[in-house]
Amino acid sequence: MSNQTPLHGLHLELDGRMVDFAGWDLPIQYEGVIAEHTWCRSSASLFDVSHMGLIELHGDNPAAALERVNPAGLTTLKPGAIRYGFLLNDDGGVIDDLMVTNSGTHLSAVINASRRDVDVAYLRERLADIDVVERTDVAILAVQGPKAVDAIDRIAPGAADLFFLQSNTLTMAGVEVVVSRSGYTGEDGYELLVPTDAADAVARLILDQPEVNPAGLGARDTLRLEAGLCLYGNDLDETISPIEADLRWAIPKRRREAADFPGAGRILDEFENGPSRVRVGLAADGKRPVREHSVLSLDGEAVGEVTSGGFGPTVDRPVAMGFVRPDLAEVGTNLVADVRGKEVPITVAPLPFAPHRYLRAPKPTSTTN
Amino acid sequence: MNIPEDLRYSSDHEWVRIGDDGRAHVGITDFAQDALGDVVFVELPEVGAAFEAGAVMGEVESTKSVSDLFVPAAGTVVETNGELDDAPEKLNQDPYGEGWICILELSDAASVNDLMDAAAYRELTES
Repeated sequence: MSNQTPLHGLHLELDGRMVDFAGWDLPIQYEGVIAEHTWCRSSASLFDVSHMGLIELHGDNPAAALERVNPAGLTTLKPGAIRYGFLLNDDGGVIDDLMVTNSGTHLSAVINASRRDVDVAYLRERLADIDVVERTDVAILAVQGPKAVDAIDRIAPGAADLFFLQSNTLTMAGVEVVVSRSGYTGEDGYELLVPTDAADAVARLILDQPEVNPAGLGARDTLRLEAGLCLYGNDLDETISPIEADLRWAIPKRRREAADFPGAGRILDEFENGPSRVRVGLAADGKRPVREHSVLSLDGEAVGEVTSGGFGPTVDRPVAMGFVRPDLAEVGTNLVADVRGKEVPITVAPLPFAPHRYLRAPKPTSTTN
Repeated sequence: MNIPEDLRYSSDHEWVRIGDDGRAHVGITDFAQDALGDVVFVELPEVGAAFEAGAVMGEVESTKSVSDLFVPAAGTVVETNGELDDAPEKLNQDPYGEGWICILELSDAASVNDLMDAAAYRELTES
């Protein structure tokens, strides 16, 4: 029996096609993946991402504590600011990727549903001085798309004043909601932390806004793939380092110089000398999608593997990401993908496939270390 | 769910219409296209290829998954719907019309009688 989010009844009412995802009963689509994807890129879409884990770190200087297992710059994070980072194992592999918010009195982090138990156990083991609290009384909604700002600021005045990776507590449908300007689609938009018992009312209020239609997990995946964003379990796992995943921007100079995070030896060596494989974008010729686990080769020799792939509705062609030998990572490199025994030409392509359209703060104070 | 009365159906969710020329026009059903979701690629069989009933003759890829296309009745492919190369969405929009997949010269014209009629297929989709 799958877990149900607080919006389960709404999904059924909206005729969502329900599937099991990481132990949760969630809609893969309502109207259709391509229609939902296209609507998100042109207007705004509501996603139920309540399956994701929300944890809090309480105690004395939780930012300094979390830096012991996360190479991002966290002690420099201002109240309300959000930063992307990873939990690393001692080999420099990624246990999970997460978004960390400075919530003032504590840190909050949104973690992947499939990694929830692993993350919490790891944090409790490594950060014995910190109280790790799992929040199960909060629904997480994402409203993404160029018109999300119109819809959300109308029902939660002040939302438009936030920039990308900033958050604030605002009132929506009479309840306090943590509103973050962030997301997983490459579009401008918001992620909302809503008390469970108000989630249904808040979701209906959002859907009442003319800009907003519901979107399922299918569109969420095609949107994030076009945006070149990693999916844990596909493009990230415990063997893959952040440098291999081309996420070196998330490790600031201060942390590299201090070398005070798990796997720093490997990660700094890869930073200086290059990793043995690197994540790239891949564009297939023709219409046939190239999906995860397709082996990439050059002149008959295996040189990598596709880790995410499918059809990109906005770019109207197959798009993929995968890992290749670094000498073959240059844009324009022609490779061959094995798609169930058929050889499909595929070319290393720049990421993202669809441009990011975040509303960044005028001064990039939140993106330094 | 649209299940036209004048067609025959396979348990693999293909339909067959026998044309005036006695050949079998083949496609996937409305039920199948709905279950697949948005179709983004169709691999058509080769013209001239001969298949036994139930053999894999091609593939349909949606945004979500890859599915095999099965031959509903033994025969030889005499024509395929090349329009699907550029417009695979026709499978979703008009599965019994412009979304047709291929035409088969049946090995045995009577084999179509082994397929389900609309009532039997409706029962299958509702079970």
